[in-house]
Amino acid sequence: MCLMVLPTSDQAPLRDVATVADCCLIASHRLAEWVSNAPSMEEDVAIGNIALDLLGQARGLLSHLGDEDQLAYFRDAVSFRNPVICELPNGDFAHTMLRQLFLDVWLEQVWRAFAASDDEVVRGVAEKAIKENAYHRRHSSSWVVRLGDGTDESHRRMLAALDELWPYCWEIAVDGWYDEVVFVLNTATLPTPAPPHADPQQAPRVDHTVHLTELLAEMQSLARAHPGASW
Amino acid sequence: MVSAAVATTANAWQILAGVADPEIPVVSVVDLGIVRAVKVSDDQRRVVVTLTPTYSGCPATEVIAHDVREALTTAYDEVVIDVQLSPAWTTEWLSAGGREKLRGFGIAPPNGRGVTADGRKSLPILEIGRPERCPSCGSTQLDELSRFGSTPCKSLWRCEDCREPFDYFKVH
Repeated sequence: MCLMVLPTSDQAPLRDVATVADCCLIASHRLAEWVSNAPSMEEDVAIGNIALDLLGQARGLLSHLGDEDQLAYFRDAVSFRNPVICELPNGDFAHTMLRQLFLDVWLEQVWRAFAASDDEVVRGVAEKAIKENAYHRRHSSSWVVRLGDGTDESHRRMLAALDELWPYCWEIAVDGWYDEVVFVLNTATLPTPAPPHADPQQAPRVDHTVHLTELLAEMQSLARAHPGASW
Repeated sequence: MVSAAVATTANAWQILAGVADPEIPVVSVVDLGIVRAVKVSDDQRRVVVTLTPTYSGCPATEVIAHDVREALTTAYDEVVIDVQLSPAWTTEWLSAGGREKLRGFGIAPPNGRGVTADGRKSLPILEIGRPERCPSCGSTQLDELSRFGSTPCKSLWRCEDCREPFDYFKVH
């Protein structure tokens, strides 16, 4: 497997092409689960568009690493490299938008680093993705602000999402990530959490959760039942 | 005097100008600015077309490559499609004619400079960009309904004067 290590802080150990490809694939699948269930039809469309961008980015990287279908549909959970935060079940809409903000801010840094890669394909995927990600990030951050600084109920739900997701953020907290995220959280009248860290006493340290296995069972079932199927 | 190779390159461009975007058939792939280069071999039998996709996940990309191949096969024995990712496609590459065709089709053309690869041009929350005017009545009283639309390249707006909803081709 092609390993391309990004400049990182010590707390974000796995920043390579496979990690990012898997992140985009799994995040895309989770977003796609919202389509037809989002709070409004416009939001169905927005989430569908973002999922599609992420899928395209995943395909660009996976097909560079090998056979994209083989990598997406015929690997088991243990070989996936995505940060755990991607695979957690969607929860409510506040949970999804906050997770998306965390991922969008991380991916912005990732794509900027990839855009300086010596690898022509990685650089090309990143140049495109930087622009797409800018739209995603505006979308997620505006929802976080709207809900965080919204009603008592939406604020409460954002707080709950923050509590649940924050322990998983150490994996994606590259340099600069924390400040960017705190800026949005504060605009959303949400509290400033302590910087994420990989302290094994406090952060979940698992390669993957059972949720990834369940996600893959659904995502891969068609390709595994009918290998080589096309339409 | 124009050499034979140049003349046939122009011929290939002319064929490509007749290949419509599958989602927005009023504009051609040349209008969209996704045809980055056309090279015809000296013996005029082989043509190499360099395409740059608009969006990473745009389903039209594969259809476009197919349509380009079909169109050029009528004039050349061998058609090679080369996909070039970098530099990334930007709405700066839309032709002036393409922008007018979009407007005529009811899609407001992008208004503002495309984001370049290194351009950290916006605050994370505030900057959104907006159509210049309603493609139906020309009003500038416009309301954004959704930043994402029926295809990756569009967002959804409504005119406050004529009340018509319309698509806006996003700055990219």
